[in-house]
Parts: sequence; C-alpha cells; structure tokens
Amino acid sequence: MGASNIITINGNKYDFENDETVLEVARRNNIDIPTLCHLKGTIPTGACRICVVEVDGARSLLASCTTPAANNMVVQTESPLVVESRKEILKFMLSSGNHNCAISNSFGENWTDFQLKVQEEDGAEELCPVWGDCELQNLAYRYQVTGDDHTATECKYPLEDVNPFIVRDFSRCILCGRCVQACNEVQVNNAIDFGYRGSDAKIIAAGDRALKDSDCVFCGECVQVCPVGALVEKDVRYNVRPWETEKVKTTCSYCGVGCQIYLHIKEDKVVKVTGADVAPNYGSLCVKGRFGYNFIDSPERLTMPLIRKDGELKEASWDEALGYVADKLGNIVKSDGPDSFGLLTSARMTNEENYIAQKFARAVVKTNNVDHCARL
Amino acid sequence: MTNTIGDIKDSDCIFIIGSNTSENHPVISTYIKRAVNNGTKLLVADPRKIKMAELSDLWIRQESGTDAALINGLMNVIIKEGLEDTKFIADRTSGYEEVKKTVEKYTPEYVEGITGIPADKIIKAAKMYGSAKAASIVYCMGITQHTSGTDNVKSLANLAMLCGNMGIAGGGVNPLRGQNNVQGACDMGGLPNVFPAYQPVVNEAAVKKVESIWNTTGLSNKVGMTATEMIPAAHDGTLKALYVIGENPLLSDPDINHAKKSLENLELLVVQDIFLTETAKTADVVFPSKCFAEKDGTFANTERRVQRVRKAVSAPGEAKTDWEITCELAQKMGYDMKYNNCEEIFNEITQVTPSYGGLSYQRIDEVGIHWPCPTAEHPGTPILHTEQFPIGKGNFFPIEHRDPAEMPDDEYPLRLTTGRLLYHYHTGTMTRKSEGLNERASEGFVEVSFEDAKKYELEDGTPVKVSSRRGEIELKVQVSEKAVNGTVFIPFHFTEAAANLLTNAELDPVSKIPEFKICAVKIKKAAA
Ligand code: SF4
Ligand code: SF4
Ligand code: SF4
Ligand code: FES
Repeated sequence: MGASNIITINGNKYDFENDETVLEVARRNNIDIPTLCHLKGTIPTGACRICVVEVDGARSLLASCTTPAANNMVVQTESPLVVESRKEILKFMLSSGNHNCAISNSFGENWTDFQLKVQEEDGAEELCPVWGDCELQNLAYRYQVTGDDHTATECKYPLEDVNPFIVRDFSRCILCGRCVQACNEVQVNNAIDFGYRGSDAKIIAAGDRALKDSDCVFCGECVQVCPVGALVEKDVRYNVRPWETEKVKTTCSYCGVGCQIYLHIKEDKVVKVTGADVAPNYGSLCVKGRFGYNFIDSPERLTMPLIRKDGELKEASWDEALGYVADKLGNIVKSDGPDSFGLLTSARMTNEENYIAQKFARAVVKTNNVDHCARL
Repeated sequence: MTNTIGDIKDSDCIFIIGSNTSENHPVISTYIKRAVNNGTKLLVADPRKIKMAELSDLWIRQESGTDAALINGLMNVIIKEGLEDTKFIADRTSGYEEVKKTVEKYTPEYVEGITGIPADKIIKAAKMYGSAKAASIVYCMGITQHTSGTDNVKSLANLAMLCGNMGIAGGGVNPLRGQNNVQGACDMGGLPNVFPAYQPVVNEAAVKKVESIWNTTGLSNKVGMTATEMIPAAHDGTLKALYVIGENPLLSDPDINHAKKSLENLELLVVQDIFLTETAKTADVVFPSKCFAEKDGTFANTERRVQRVRKAVSAPGEAKTDWEITCELAQKMGYDMKYNNCEEIFNEITQVTPSYGGLSYQRIDEVGIHWPCPTAEHPGTPILHTEQFPIGKGNFFPIEHRDPAEMPDDEYPLRLTTGRLLYHYHTGTMTRKSEGLNERASEGFVEVSFEDAKKYELEDGTPVKVSSRRGEIELKVQVSEKAVNGTVFIPFHFTEAAANLLTNAELDPVSKIPEFKICAVKIKKAAA
C-alpha cells in the first residue's frame, strides 16, 4: 500500500490493497453496496449485477464485486443511474416465479389470484416461507419496487421435496448461482451446477436428477447461502419464522472438528441449525451437524432415574436412585477395595463433566480405574 | 493435531492414511478438497476406494493391517532418493541411524509383497510426500485400531521428522479425533495413567499437587485399568462395580457377546445417558442426563481448540447435567464436591491443568483458543513443536511390520474392516433417532466388491450371514466400487447387525486399542 493506492467512493478517499475489489474496499469502510450472487471466499461471477456502481470515465455501470479497485478511480454507489439499474433488475426478478411476499405486490388487481395460485402450489396458506428473511425482499423494500411493471412469467419446474432435508423451490430461484459456488468451491461436493439455457435455465444436479439421487451429501451449505426462498430446510419450511426464534451459539456435538453452530430455538425446541461464521468451520457444516438435531426432543429420551426391581427397570426418585448407588458402591469399595470400581467417562461429554468424573474416581473412590471409550 | 485445521491450506502435499475424511470429518475434508483445487497434491492410502481416494492425485491400496510396512517403504525410498531433511534430523531429533538401518530392508519390492501395492506406486508416493516443501499427514482410526496401532503412529512421526515436516505451517502429524470431545476427555485426565494435562499418576509430585488443589489425601499412585481391560476384569470378577457415563460399550466394544457376559457378572452397573442404550438396558440403575443443547460447558476439538457449549433449551423431565449427578452422588457418599455452576469447575480445571491455565470463559466467548495456553496473556498455540519437542529432541523409533492378530485362512477367507458412515455417529444413539439421517442410511450392510460378489454369487440386497470365530450377523449385501477384492466392510452403527459381534478383542499392547480394522470372516447366503 502506498500514496498511489487511493480510490474515491461517494466523495471520500480510501486506501486499498492491491488485489481488492471495489466492493471489498466499500465493505471494509462500511459503505453498503447490495449484492446477491457474491459469495465470500469464492471467485466472483458477476451474474446478478445488483452490485453495479458508476465509475467516472467508464462507458457503462460496473459490477463492484468483479471490478478491481484502481488508483484515482472515482465511484458512486447510489447515483440515480445506479438506482435505476438496480430497480430494473429487482422488478425483473420479482416478476418471475412465485415471489408472493407482501412487497412484491405483484400483478396489481390480480394479486389475490396470484396468491391463491402460489398457495395452492405450495400447499400452504401463508406468504412465502422465507418472508422476513429474504435478501430480495429486503432490496425490494429498500428500492421501493414491485414486480407490477413486467408480465409475470411462470416457473416451468415443479418443486422437489423427495429427500428428508432440503426443499428445492425453483419458482423462487433467482439464478444467482450462490448455491453452485457453495457446493463446488466451498464444500467441493460438485453436486449441482447451472443447466439448460436462456429462459430454461435451472440449477440442476448431474443429469437433472433429484438431489437424493445425485452426489449431494446434504451438507446444506447451499441452503445457508441461498438469498431467497428457493432452498429451504424441509422441517423449517412453513413451520418456523425467523421472528419466532432465538439463536444460541454453541459447538456441534458430533465429531472432533467442533464446528461452531447456531441453534435456532422456538418454544423451547431446537428447530433449525446454521453454521457460525468463525473458526474452525466459517459457516460450513455437514449433514449431522445441520440436520441431526431431532434426537434432542425425541420421545425416547430418559426423563427419570430407573432402578432395577424384580428384574425390571422401574422409575424412581433422584433421592432413591442416588442413595441406592451410594450405599451399594460404598459397600463394594469397603469390602473389595477401591480398585474393584471402574468408571467409563465419555468423549461426548464436556471438559467440565469429564473432569468431575475422573475426580470422582480418584478423589472419592481413590482409584485410577477411569477411562473413556475413544479407543473404540 | 500438531497443526490446525485452517493450516491445511498451506500444505503442498496432504497424505491421508486410515481416515475416511469426507464421511467422518466432513468439514475438514472441505479444507482438504479446497487445497487440492488450489494445487496441493493429495496422496491417499486406504484399503477401500473412499471418496478422498477418488479425488486424489495418487491412491495406494494397502492390505488392511500393513501400514507400518508401507511407511517404512516410503522412508526407504525417501532416504535412497536423498529427499530427507538432514538439517532437521541433525538439529531436532535423535535415533535416526537406527531407523535408517531398520528401513533398509523395506525396499519397494519387499513392501509390495506385504502391502500389495505395486513397487512403482510406492516410489511415486514417497517422492510425492518427500519432495513437498510442507507436507501434512492426516490419520484416524484406520491407523490406531490395530494391534500394531501404537507402532503405526510412531511410524508416521518417523516419516514426518524424516522430512522435517514438524513445527511448520502446512506440516505436522494430524490425528482426527472421532468423537467430539476425545481431546478434552484426555486433557481432563479421563485416562487410567494420568491426571489432567497428562500428569502421570505415578509421579509423586503430581499426586501431591493434585491432592493439595483438591484438598484431599490418599490418591492412588497406581496406574488403573483401561476400558478394554475393565471388561475382562468384570468377567473374572476382579471388577465389581462399573459406572458408565455417556458410553455404550455393548455396541462399541469388540466381541460384544463377551462384553455382555462380562457386564452381567458385575454386582453394580450404573449407566448415565440420554437414552436407554443397549448398555443401559442391562444396568442396575440408570441416571437420565442432559444433552449438549441443554447445558453449558466446553469441548476441545481435534486441533486442541477449547470452545464453548451453551444451554439453548430445557431438558426433558428430571434429567440433570452429568456433573451435577456425579457431584450429588459424591455428596451422598460423604465427599464434599459442590459447584454452583460449570464455570466454577472450569476455573478449578485451569488450576490443575497447566495447558489450560490461561483460559477463561470470557476469553473463549467469541472464538475458541488452542491449548497450550499457560497464562492469561498467552495467545494459545496453533502449531505444536515449532521450536522443540516437549522432550527436547524428537525420538525416532525403529518399527518392524507385524502381521495383524488374525489373518484370513481357508475357513475365514475374507478380511473384515469396520467403520462409520456419513449419516451416522458412533453407536447411533443420537443419529438413529433423527428421522432424516435414518432415512438416508437405515440399516446395516456389508460392502462387497464386484468380483467377490460374483465369486460368492451375491447381488445388491442379497441377505447374507457374515461370521467370524466370535459370532455371526445377518445383513444385506451392498456391491460397491469402494470395496476391494478380498476385503469386506461393515459399518458399526447398527444394533440389529452389530459389526462388533464379529470383531477381534485383541489389543494393541501399549494403547490397548482393539483391532477393529481387521479380522477374518466368511460370508454365505442366508437361508431364505
Ligand atoms: S437456489 Fe438460491 S442460491 Fe441457488 S441460484 Fe437459486 S436463488 Fe441462487
Ligand atoms: S446440500 Fe451440500 S452437497 Fe448437496 S447440493 Fe447443497 S451444497 Fe451441494
Ligand atoms: S458439523 Fe459435521 S463436521 Fe462439523 S463438528 Fe458437526 S459432525 Fe463434525
Ligand atoms: S453481486 Fe456483484 S454481480 Fe452479483
């Protein structure tokens, strides 16, 4: 960096690094340029053009996510020309497919018919499943546009929900390609790509098969990056709305990678899991971490202590169960010595619990017969 | 891991051995796959043609149980080609000459005879690893679950030191931990020979130190029994009471039939878990505990990063946190063990455990920190051994190949290897209760190669009996291109067709890890 690396954005001067794009410089300085197809950590495709900016001396508007910052460049991020262009893009997106959020307010008087049609296709009596959690909807608000000016185009492809985890709703896909980048560049599962041309364009798994018959491993990275309602978790769709939930950050309990996750809680239940954008996983998860949470409120969970009586395990109070073990264990240790007791702790429990477990064996019973099953 | 997960991107060559990374550590596999997209070379040694093998620059297929021979073979070639790091060997290690002598006879041709890998591929693999500037070794249970597991791990350390791949970015020897908090359970002294932070129980000073922090006396200074020793001890009656917290040895133990008889022999079996597992069903008393989403605490991941666990929802019924249950039991037995919350426990841990000494809940609130982190000012240690090894110089250990405890023969002509699937976790206690995961992989199977399928007249879905000297299970055939002739694979998550009814309880003499990765079996069609 040196005196020669200066860019002017909206009248202010900023330094930049040699390989930075206009978008990156802007974001670093809290200048908000909207994006849709841009996905952090992947090679920019410049597909959606919502991030266009006006650059002095350039013949047309430039996509800020693909344009490298250059010395003495003068950039406007919200000029009338920029705003007009964004509005056009948004209107076009809103008019294709089932964007039945209130804002789309599409089709003027045909609004009701449109809603009824979408709700029938969706099998739900509500607005779009990601209402309130959609980047397209947010931008439509921000630029005050609807899909009204364009003739509505219908989506040719039916919804796909023949797997346990992910619903693919092509009618809400804006073909931004983020899912393709997430699958190919971030997770490198290479399960999906763009298929067909022009107005037939569609995101497909190899051979336009269902995800369950493809190389997809249901990591859900694509769901997490989809800016709209085209990819949604099956259990979340029409069951969970973002304003009904709270998020708690914690660590995945499956494997040793220790991915950082958000548990989304509704009415004291975990209803969804997303990856947190910090080390070690930076948002990525696998199928177990993202979709393996149903065991938490399984009806088979143990709820009461059990004691074996007449050969059968029967419910008991804590006091009774703890007292029973304390007595019996006390007697065994007294008659056969501490080393007649063994404790298996668990590689699934917290550090605190493991610490207490080994302290119990060592300090209370006075034996080192303590181990966990990591060997197994 | 000696290095971090993120560090993988700095490797010029990644050598995966005995790790089915994309299924068992999927997010780590994304780091590896991205590195490969950016030009890092990938070398995979595995008896099965796993996904990572498909993505590799070179896949070498060793017979299960011949890893040490393979690694010696790689070292033989590296030395012959002059690719060793003489400066690192001279400055940082001892015992090199002996290893050099040992590997002399492991020529590519000799190793081909043991491992089944063609000599020219061994040479190619050795050059790939040996000529990389920074090369990382990634391994998992495929290396450790053998009677020669400890030897295998030492062999990998030999290889890494030979090429100076220790203490540098993009290098290292990186075991991937199977269960989420194996690292933490070990750090906390969930082991029969050490207190927290690996302080030996036979060391008088360590005993004194722990006694003074715990404000007690009379701690045992005798090494205790490992899990795999406790089961036989229960069988012969020397172990009378067993307290099992969050484990399911009746599905995870080798030779389940034997384990079951052993546990029945106990005077007292107490099981603490979130579900009525196979083991809990046989208990005298069962304590219901909370799951990870219902409690606070910390886990240490495979790269030694200590991270927070936070309560998100209430527990069902009267379930309690594991530490609460254990503390209440201690109190009932007249021992004063009381904490108001788990942060108090953590603060005690930092006193007993020097490598955690500088950590606090506050410091790891946003992002976890890698131990060792001895003081509050210390930033943590992403890469181990950058300056020197804890013991000063790194020791080379000469290792000879030994055959697995049980080899195929006329009666049991096939090698069985066991492992995990993407959609399930360990004994399936949690994943098999998640409908979606279970739908994707709902039952056990035996994976057979196309040629073996033909030989034994089997098809996809044919019900078969697989038997070993220890037991027999019934399941369906899955003909797969992942399998290689002569070796079959069974995932161990399923009670109905528990692979561990077949496996061999023979242990590695040092680590006491059972030989899950190979035993001899036969296969025949089940009567219709
Ligand atoms: S499915 Fe979502 S992420 Fe993928 S192209 Fe469509 S809108 Fe973009
Ligand atoms: S779930 Fe994962 S593997 Fe499947 S399409 Fe999405 S990103 Fe690709
Ligand atoms: S999300 Fe998957 S890779 Fe990450 S910790 Fe959980 S099980 Fe492991
Ligand atoms: S965000 Fe820049 S072109 Fe889509």
